[in-house]
Amino acid sequence: MGPLLDRIRHGPVVIGDGGIGTMLMARGLAPGDAPERLTLSAPAIIEEVARLYFEAGAEIVTTNTFGGSPLRLRMAGLEAEVGRVNRDAVAAVRRAVGSGAWVSGSVGPTGHLLQPYGEADPAEVAEGFLLQVAALAEAGVDLFCIETMTDLEEATLAVAAARRAGGGRPVAATMTFEPTRRGFFTVMGTSIPQAAAALIEAGADIVGSNCGNGSATMVEVARQFRAATPAPVLIQSNAGLPETRDGVLVYPETPDIFAESVRPLVEAGVAIIGGCCGTTPDHVRAMCSAATRG
Amino acid sequence: MTIVSDIAKNLELGEDDRVRELVGAALLAGVPPRDLLEQGLIAGMAVVGEQFRQREIFLPDVLLAARAMYAGLDLLEPRLAGAGVPSAGTVVIGSVKGDLHDIGKNLVGIMLRGAGFRVVDLGNDVPPARFVDAAAESGASVIGMSALLTTTMPVMRDVVRLVTERGLAGTIRTIVGGAPVSADFARDIGADAYAFDAASAVERIRALVAVR
Repeated sequence: MGPLLDRIRHGPVVIGDGGIGTMLMARGLAPGDAPERLTLSAPAIIEEVARLYFEAGAEIVTTNTFGGSPLRLRMAGLEAEVGRVNRDAVAAVRRAVGSGAWVSGSVGPTGHLLQPYGEADPAEVAEGFLLQVAALAEAGVDLFCIETMTDLEEATLAVAAARRAGGGRPVAATMTFEPTRRGFFTVMGTSIPQAAAALIEAGADIVGSNCGNGSATMVEVARQFRAATPAPVLIQSNAGLPETRDGVLVYPETPDIFAESVRPLVEAGVAIIGGCCGTTPDHVRAMCSAATRG
Repeated sequence: MTIVSDIAKNLELGEDDRVRELVGAALLAGVPPRDLLEQGLIAGMAVVGEQFRQREIFLPDVLLAARAMYAGLDLLEPRLAGAGVPSAGTVVIGSVKGDLHDIGKNLVGIMLRGAGFRVVDLGNDVPPARFVDAAAESGASVIGMSALLTTTMPVMRDVVRLVTERGLAGTIRTIVGGAPVSADFARDIGADAYAFDAASAVERIRALVAVR
């Protein structure tokens, strides 16, 4: 794989992978347990999920490190394992994809509100992101993906850490928006133009959105990012909001429904399209064929 | 502007120091604590809850308003206990076992206190028996459960089942909420109610308490 940013400049659209947590649940991740624990206890499962996405056609495969910052790992009693959780997760994906896909180091929220609204000290949060990013970089990720952020300050702390300790690798940053009567905002009140400007200012190369409430809404979010910035846009929707059917949780968007958003996203100028919660290797396969159908 | 509406307005703006001053001054001037609670703090928090539900304001604004509410409540609570003001009821809340997310649950706690309920907050990662034990011990009429993870939602079913097994169904009502939770899911597990957000949690819990 050549440099990701060159590929983005020349096209065609890059297809990413799908959800990790929901795939791990289907493989025995205990209710409420930290997905990162599986990296240490069952690395073969982590490698298998990465391989399934790679074989489905994903050109970017994400590490199981969404909760791999020290503050977040502390909730699962894994704080002392920051280095291993992140390094081993990268190694598992690398074993699965070799040099055939870009390995994306996932960095999610700490799960704590920053002062003055919560108790988390911004300096401690920044320090934690630096530790995580340094471990991901040491293990050889190809890019960083700061994702599912709702607090712009926390997001920019993570982006700045990836800039500082990431060895010059590309940094993508995506936030989660909800539709309101006045447009799209995160629950903390950040708009799409504000997010795009601040994330790029902090050092992000690629900006966009992930999670959310379905792929159709995401098309509008993508258009607004495109209008807000010339930077490459990354969109990873979940497969709709989960529903209960006969006591079982299902994500409503099948691979075919999900893939219907690929053309509109490409037409909106999106550079990278992937999936979030509830998407599977079949969703990636459907996205790939929708992208090449032209 | 009367002092109670001034308190409500400052609460809405998250001016905690001002709310503390105003509540202190009003108490000295002999304004009944109950009026300060209901027309000041509760009225202000109701406006904040509705504005958040409509996303006219966002989470940081709610948290600042909550801080202002607590500033007033700290001064009022000793007086209210003495004045024999009945609480709206007692509610036990928590994020279910395995779930470490507490922002949504805390928001429900804030709104409930702002609506005059006594709240027993068990925190997060709460096992089913603790919900039911705490409700029985505190005389609570409602258990509110939160889950942000699809993996922890099934714990809610265990809590509902335990309430029934102990013969407390009808005495202790259950309500569930959280991002992945739906009205269908609530029905499916036999919970008494579902709340889409913190403001509707207060409405639903009021209704649950009223039918007792």
